[in-house]
Amino acid sequence: MTPLLETKGLQLSFGGVVAADNIDFALQRGERLAVIGQNGAGKTTFINICTGFLKPTAGRVFFDGHDVTDKLPRQIVRLGLGRSFQLPQLFLDHSVRQCLEIAAVGRSGQLPFFKSLSDAVDQHEINDTLHLVGLSARADEPTLALPEGQRKLLDIAMALMLQPKLLIMDEPTSGVASEDKMALMDTVMQALKEREVTSWFVEHDIDIVNRYATRVAAWIAGKVAADGSPAEVLALPQIQREILGHP
Amino acid sequence: MIRGLAWLGFLICFVLGLLFPWSKTPLIMAICYGMASLGVAIMMRAGQVSFGHALYAAIGAYCVAFTARSFPGLDGIILLVIGVIGSMLAGGVVGLFVVRYRGIFFGMLNLALSMVVFSMLGKLYNLTGGTDGLRINRPTFFNQTLERDAFETSLLLLSLLFAALLVWGVQRYFKSAAGEALAAIKSNETRLEYLGLSARRILWNAYLLSAALVGLSGAMFGLVQGLVTPDIGAWFRSGEYVFISILGGSGHAFGAFLGAGVFEAVKLFAAAYMTGVWQLILGVTLIIVILVAPDGIVGLLQKRRSSVGGQP
Repeated sequence: MTPLLETKGLQLSFGGVVAADNIDFALQRGERLAVIGQNGAGKTTFINICTGFLKPTAGRVFFDGHDVTDKLPRQIVRLGLGRSFQLPQLFLDHSVRQCLEIAAVGRSGQLPFFKSLSDAVDQHEINDTLHLVGLSARADEPTLALPEGQRKLLDIAMALMLQPKLLIMDEPTSGVASEDKMALMDTVMQALKEREVTSWFVEHDIDIVNRYATRVAAWIAGKVAADGSPAEVLALPQIQREILGHP
Repeated sequence: MIRGLAWLGFLICFVLGLLFPWSKTPLIMAICYGMASLGVAIMMRAGQVSFGHALYAAIGAYCVAFTARSFPGLDGIILLVIGVIGSMLAGGVVGLFVVRYRGIFFGMLNLALSMVVFSMLGKLYNLTGGTDGLRINRPTFFNQTLERDAFETSLLLLSLLFAALLVWGVQRYFKSAAGEALAAIKSNETRLEYLGLSARRILWNAYLLSAALVGLSGAMFGLVQGLVTPDIGAWFRSGEYVFISILGGSGHAFGAFLGAGVFEAVKLFAAAYMTGVWQLILGVTLIIVILVAPDGIVGLLQKRRSSVGGQP
C-alpha cells in the first residue's frame, strides 16, 4: 500500500548544523505516530519540510501519492495535510467561532465579498467541531481570552476544519498544565478517531506517548535513530540514555 | 448606531450644501477625502499602512483630464468611470508587486512609487501641463448642461450617493469572508497559509479595491476643481489620507468619512481663525485622538455603545 506520507533522502542544514540528515521515512494511513527527541534534534524542521514551510537541499517529500517537495504550504494543505503548532497560531483579533469559520472558507477556497463570514460556512459543522473539542461554551469569546490549553485545542480544531487526511501536531501539550494534559489529549484523540484522521504528534511526555501512539519514531541529530512500536523504541538503551535521560 | 450616524451625517451634509451654497465645494472635498481615506483604511485592516495612495487619486484625476481633453463633450459620469478604471488598472499592476511586502516596506514602496509619478507629472510638461496642471472644462452631467451652482449641487448629491453606497458596500466587505480573511492577515498570516488561503491574493484584492476608491476620489476632485495638478498625488496628500483614517478609525467604513468631516472642519476653521498655525491644530487633534481613542472616533463610539450593553 502506498504510504500516506513518505520522504526519500531528505537533507537540510542550517550553516554547520545538520537538521535533516538523509531521512527516509514513511507513514501509513491510520497510524498514530509519536515523534520524540531532545530539543534541537530536528523534529520541527522535519515537520516544516513536510508541510512546505522549508525546502530541503536534497530529497523528496510525497503526500498521498503527490510529490509536494516544491509546493507551498497552502497547496499541501489542499491535498489534505493539516497542521497545528507548538505555539498556537490563532487569529487574535477574532472570536473562537470566527477562527473556525475562516478555516472553513479556507477549505472551500471561496472568499465571497458580500456574503457575511458566518453565512458563507455551514454553522452545523462549526458547532460540531466546537463541541468535539469542548469549546462550545466559549465560541463567541475572543481568542485572546482563552487559556493555553484551550488555545491548543482551537489550533487543532482549525486544522480539523480542513478535513485533513493527516494531522501533524507539534507538541500539542507543551505549555499546558500537567494535570490538564491527558484531558486535552483525550479530547484531541477522540476527535481524530471520530473523523478517521491519521495523526503524528511531537511529544516529550512519555506517558502520553505510551498511552496514545501506535508507533514511535525517535529523532537524534537530524536522523531517525529508532522507529517501531512504543514498547520496542522506548526500551532501546540509546533512547533511554539520549532522549529519556536515564543513566 | 454607526449606520444611523452615517445617514444623519450625509443628511446634514446635504442640508448644509443647500442652505450655504459656499459650503458645497468643501463638503464635496471632505467626501472625496473620505472616499480616499476609506481606501487607505481597507489596507489598514490588514495592518498595512500606505504612505503613497495619493498616487491613485492622481491617476484617477489625470485619466479624467486626459479623456475630457481628448473627447470633449463626454459626460461627467463616463469620465468618473474612466478615472476609476484607470486607477484600478494601475492598482492591479502595482499591487502585484507591493503585496509581497509588509509593514514599513509596504508603506515606503507605495510612497516611492507615488513620488516617481508625482515627479513625472511635474516634469512632463507637454503631456501633463507640468505644475500648472490640466484644466477640465465643465462636462455635461447625465447629458444635462449645467451652470456652476447646479453642477456643484449635482456633484454633491452624487458624492453623497457614492459615500452612502461605499459605506454600505465596504462595511459588508469588512464583515464578509474576504474581509475577515483580510483582517486575519494583521494577526497571523502564517496561519492563513496553513488554512489553504493565499494572503497575497487576499491583499491584492483589497489593494485593487482601495485603488479604485482613491481613484474615484481623485476623479471627483478633478471634476469639482476643474483643474488637475501634480499636488493631488503628492506625499502630503497620502499623509492626509493616513491621518484621516487614523482619526476616523478603520473599525467601520463610516470612520473614514467621519474622520474626513472632522479633518475638513478643523482645517477650515483653523485656517480662517488661526491662519498660519492650522497644521499645528491638526497635529494636536491627531495626538489627542491617538491618546484618547487609539481606534479612532468610530472605535470610541463602538466602545461606548458596547459599554452601555448594546451591540457595536
